[in-house]
Amino acid sequence: MTRRRFLKGGAAAGAVAGLGALRVGPARGAEREIRIGYVSPRTGPLAGFGEADEFIIAGLEKALADGVAIGGKPHPIKLLVKDSQSNPNRAAEVASDLILSGKIDLMLVASTPETTNPVGDQCELNEVPCISSVAPWQPWFFGRGGDPAKGFKWTYHFFWGLEDIIGVFTDLWQTVPTNKKVGALWPNDGDGRAWGDPERGFAPALRKLGFAMVDPGFFKPLLDDFSAQITAFKNAKVEIVTGVLIPPDFTTFWTQARQQGFRPKAVTVGKALLFPRSVEALGPTGDGLTTEVWWSPNHPFKSSLTGFTSRDLAARYTSATKKQWTQPMGFIHALFEVAFDALSRAGKAGDRDALREAIKATSAKTIVGDISWAKGPVGNVAKTPLVGGQWGKGKQFAYDLTIVSNKRAPFIPTGGTLRGMV
Amino acid sequence: MDWVNALTQGLLLGGLYALFAAGLSLVFGIMRVVNLAHGDFIILAAFLSIVVVGVTGVGPFLSLVIVVPLMGGLGYGLQRGLLARTLDRGVLPPLLVTFGLSVIIQNLLLQTFSADDRRLDAGDISTASISIAGQLAIGWYPLVVFLVAALAIAGLQGLFTRTALGRAFRATADDQETVRLMGIDNRHTYGLAVAIAFGIVAVAGVFLGIRTTFSPDIGPGRLLVAFETVVIGGLGSLWGTLVGGVILGTAHTLGAKVDPAYRELAGHLVFLLVLLVRPQGLFAKPVREA
Repeated sequence: MTRRRFLKGGAAAGAVAGLGALRVGPARGAEREIRIGYVSPRTGPLAGFGEADEFIIAGLEKALADGVAIGGKPHPIKLLVKDSQSNPNRAAEVASDLILSGKIDLMLVASTPETTNPVGDQCELNEVPCISSVAPWQPWFFGRGGDPAKGFKWTYHFFWGLEDIIGVFTDLWQTVPTNKKVGALWPNDGDGRAWGDPERGFAPALRKLGFAMVDPGFFKPLLDDFSAQITAFKNAKVEIVTGVLIPPDFTTFWTQARQQGFRPKAVTVGKALLFPRSVEALGPTGDGLTTEVWWSPNHPFKSSLTGFTSRDLAARYTSATKKQWTQPMGFIHALFEVAFDALSRAGKAGDRDALREAIKATSAKTIVGDISWAKGPVGNVAKTPLVGGQWGKGKQFAYDLTIVSNKRAPFIPTGGTLRGMV
Repeated sequence: MDWVNALTQGLLLGGLYALFAAGLSLVFGIMRVVNLAHGDFIILAAFLSIVVVGVTGVGPFLSLVIVVPLMGGLGYGLQRGLLARTLDRGVLPPLLVTFGLSVIIQNLLLQTFSADDRRLDAGDISTASISIAGQLAIGWYPLVVFLVAALAIAGLQGLFTRTALGRAFRATADDQETVRLMGIDNRHTYGLAVAIAFGIVAVAGVFLGIRTTFSPDIGPGRLLVAFETVVIGGLGSLWGTLVGGVILGTAHTLGAKVDPAYRELAGHLVFLLVLLVRPQGLFAKPVREA
């Protein structure tokens, strides 16, 4: 393999192959170190997603120190962590740095297409196995020019997709009596354009289920005034509001809706209601809002690395940080579970092709559910279950998220039924 | 009726824009410096208010009593210690320094307060409204913001035209050299100007924090609107800033009434139109060439 690649010629290919040769060579003394790179947003607008990273990685300290047994021999693990600064260019830069200077064997990357896509592209280019999560699969797959017939060679992703979120949202709305008129708030950003796409987004799916959509059009994020949208919703007698908004936009909309006397029966939005602190910031008007749930302490799964259940992980996070659990936590943990599982089946340390095949053959029971790339909607994509939740007055913290709809994943227990908005 | 509503909301939105822009306008008008960290200082003030509310237990409006002097002091120190060194060295150094400040403030806030969304809780006033007729309702809070912006600008205007300090400001803006001959310390005058600008920034920050959620990274997003407001209204004209805010605000809401996608476009078109017809801005004082 190394020899073949070397003969392909070209300075860059030669350099990469040279490094490969060094690594494949027999280790002196202890077994060869396995190097894992991890890229996530720790600063910038997406920093909320990376907030639990430190806790998750600290919790894996023992597993990392023990290393991983490959072909019966224990190999120590070295983890290299890089901050994407919420910037796609920076994400690509640190990824290429990890690959070329960090000489990593495996790349892990999480949180939003702005992070997973540039890092995935670098891995594909440099032929390094990469596992990613926490980004809906469509923007990850099609956003990188993926062809469903061919798929990707080095990059593997697990998360849910647009079809799941549409399913969960409409399941929620079918449990409350409304006139089925849905007002949509689509910002002019990556998520907004995907959700609001007239052919692949919400519109056709809603039409099929008998919902009528009122879409006033795309708007620029960080808006100070939603009166045009509110007027359009009021005129059309909208009773359900949906969208994928950043938290300040949702707050501005929701406050103004109250001022203008617009009281929908259900408000289900993505992104803005993800983090408990964002809902808390809404004050009393946060009660009853609904959103998608990808992971919660009530998910009936446990970690294959530490044995902790979802509930244990959340409780440990709260006792360590005094903060409420967040949804990305489970997936960041699962990312490492999948990595350890694939490495242990990789046959030979340093063999990228073997590791890639091991990832492809994954069938792991993780803290976010079963992960297998055998039955994805397209190759390279493994789906995780999605349910719907509602925010309500909490016990330990201001608001708690309760699962109220599990039609698409009945094995995840609900904690109550949907309450109408007051 | 919808158009009347759009116009009313635009008018009120203009007050918010003017409040964002007043501090920028002041520094721009007197020192000819564009403070690129303006938006970040607004967010800094909002976070300071969070701290004050947390420590003292007073409401966000009362926290202004502490936040305004604090920001004013910060402004004075910043001008004397840092910004003063960048003046008289061309256009670029102040821009670079304030850009650097923007990055530093964002990251300091992130380290101190984390990426969580925060909000200043002002109670029921934030969602209360007055019903005028039919579909037309005016939120109490936007109305308060508009009045505060108008009051702040009236106050500044009074300060500029009626006091000795105001005369010193205007004189320093006109000619630094001559002002020194008249026994005015231009460095101190600049310091005070920035202090007052930061006082207004503090007010803008607290009112923004009550209006919607904020996090350390959203400051720069506010800069463009503030900048357009100042330019439409005219450099050095405070009432112009209020009028500029109202023009931009109504352009935004009327544009959005046609289609939300036209909102920004309408604002930018008005901005370009003003630049074409009156490049110095609507209310700028005629500039005498030195």
